[in-house]
Amino acid sequence: MSEIVIRVENLSKRYRIGERQPYRALRDVLGDALKAPARLISGNGHPSPAQGFLWALEDVNLEVRAGEVVGLIGRNGSGKTTLLKILSRITRPTKGRAEVHGRVGSLLEVGTGFHAELTGRENTFLNGAILGMSKRDITRKFDEIVAFAEIERFIDTPVKHYSSGMYVRLAFSVAAHLEPEILLVDEVLAVGDLAFQKKCLGKMNEVAQRGRTVVFVSHQMNQIRRLCERVVLLDAGRVQMSGPTAEVIAQYEAATLAGGSRGTERAGEIQPKARFLRWAIVEPRAEQPNFVTAPGPVRVKFTVEARERLRMGQIGIALFTSGSDLVWAWVSEKFEMEPGVHDLHVAFPYLPLRPGSYTWDPALWDDQTELDHWACVPPLVIATENYQHHDDKWNGILNLPCQFSVAKGQQRR
Amino acid sequence: MVRVICPPQGWLELNLAELWAYRELLYFFVWRDIKVRYKQTLVGAGWAVLQPLLAMLVFTLFFGMLAKIPSDGLPYPVFYFCALLPWMYFANALTTATNTIVDHQRVITKVFFPRILLPVSSVLAGLLDLAIGFLLLLGMLVAYGIRPTWAIVLLPALVLLAMATALGVGLWLSALNALYRDVRYIVPFLVQVWMFASPVVYPASLVPAEWRWLYGLNPMAGVIEGFRWAITGSGSAPGTDLLASSLAVLVILVSGLFYFQRMESTIADVV
Repeated sequence: MSEIVIRVENLSKRYRIGERQPYRALRDVLGDALKAPARLISGNGHPSPAQGFLWALEDVNLEVRAGEVVGLIGRNGSGKTTLLKILSRITRPTKGRAEVHGRVGSLLEVGTGFHAELTGRENTFLNGAILGMSKRDITRKFDEIVAFAEIERFIDTPVKHYSSGMYVRLAFSVAAHLEPEILLVDEVLAVGDLAFQKKCLGKMNEVAQRGRTVVFVSHQMNQIRRLCERVVLLDAGRVQMSGPTAEVIAQYEAATLAGGSRGTERAGEIQPKARFLRWAIVEPRAEQPNFVTAPGPVRVKFTVEARERLRMGQIGIALFTSGSDLVWAWVSEKFEMEPGVHDLHVAFPYLPLRPGSYTWDPALWDDQTELDHWACVPPLVIATENYQHHDDKWNGILNLPCQFSVAKGQQRR
Repeated sequence: MVRVICPPQGWLELNLAELWAYRELLYFFVWRDIKVRYKQTLVGAGWAVLQPLLAMLVFTLFFGMLAKIPSDGLPYPVFYFCALLPWMYFANALTTATNTIVDHQRVITKVFFPRILLPVSSVLAGLLDLAIGFLLLLGMLVAYGIRPTWAIVLLPALVLLAMATALGVGLWLSALNALYRDVRYIVPFLVQVWMFASPVVYPASLVPAEWRWLYGLNPMAGVIEGFRWAITGSGSAPGTDLLASSLAVLVILVSGLFYFQRMESTIADVV
């Protein structure tokens, strides 16, 4: 195990609600100031009862080892950016501490400090310096930066004359040539056209592979899948889960989509003749019974309780995406079932589904009469590797690995 | 290199080693300020000369020739230009330093660097204009046949005093400006009042002797009177005045540093 380079202990950050609103006018605080003048200049007087606080981060603990690429995911407002801001020292925590071993470079935005009046060349130096590069480093990498941005011809033109694409390319290019030991990146790849995004992702991959430590925030799950080995899920300022990428992402997607229902056991309702009790994946084995983490054969078990004997029993199973699109449906042959608890096993050679969350919708029949129908919770979560295009928008429903080769063909006459 | 990140604690966190590590960024900020200031202006760096020159003409005409304010025996243009050089440097440095934190809001919320670099670079960037103006002043001295005294070698010390004053007040105001945007509107007024409280349009000798000690508390009074004296030998050598000024500057600067340092930890949250 490599050494720990980021250690976060009980880190909390409190914002006063309204603090993020643009500044205060003096008149708002002048009244208070007359009562307590010192508060006026300390600028953080006690809030009036109406104001209240917001804990953007609460008791966060985290360890990142050297060379790890860790993804940080969570809904908007879950504290991802706040955590990055604290680690990059833009703001200070309210409680707790963090230890960072090594030079930190942070990329919360590309093009920070770009000045419209300055030329591409001038901005490269300025922006590089702001991001923490030394003048020598920038000079050394200058040609590389310009080439990566593909703006050689315009490098001495003021950036205000750049197209937005050129602007972003240059900005990212400067950032991409940062070489800190620890890189903190916040959702900056969502820039530029598709081809450039691809190039950026390639560059990030390169950075990660050179053994640098990277903490990466993104809402694009495929980017996270491609870049990160480990993912930390934040929710309302707390670490909700931390672990292998596929599992955490799947859990996150399941939670966002299922609205947070828990447990594989079905809640007791009115007692029909027969009903579904629970479901689970029997094969492949995973820590959670609703997760498929490895490609290959999948066997699912639906547990049914029959209170009477079924003579012409039948089970129909439908599988829906989280968006309620039907993926697959099937109906069994008729079977007989004695009263008691039974496991109905359904085996698949392979479930070629793209990573995400799905819902089983089995129905139990006896002699053409529906006895029970259950939209299973928890949802089925496919947490396998994604073999598709790295961009979310080019991801279809199927997730199939494929082999690719180029062979010399024959010329047709 | 291990860095511990913890909640702000206490008043004293000035980290000189870190400031030193960021000296290159300071250089880039100053370079950018200078570069940007005259980009897209017609006359470009000529403004560094034109601004004090035009002010000098106006002052000479109205305060000198119309109001007949005494000038300690100096020709009005020299009398005013000697004062306008340090004064305009100071007024510009103070104004830009005050606004610098708010103007860099975006950068501050996205990247870490010692925030103090911003007001410091405002104060440093103005020095180029001062130097250009000084060359013009030398030309004027030749034209008026005034021999500078040996005391001219003391000018750097006076400039340093003006820088320290602008920085000290700028530290206070830039941090306050981040909290209360009102400051931005107060500063032009403050600068104007301050100018009349300094011997820019009149000689310090006009101030009644019993009030001189109070007058001396205004560091710019010492600087401006010192400028006239060091360059032309007119007026009196600044003595106790300057001592009082220096003490006042020291208080402003040190308190400004502490206040700014204290605000630094939360500035990205409130700006």
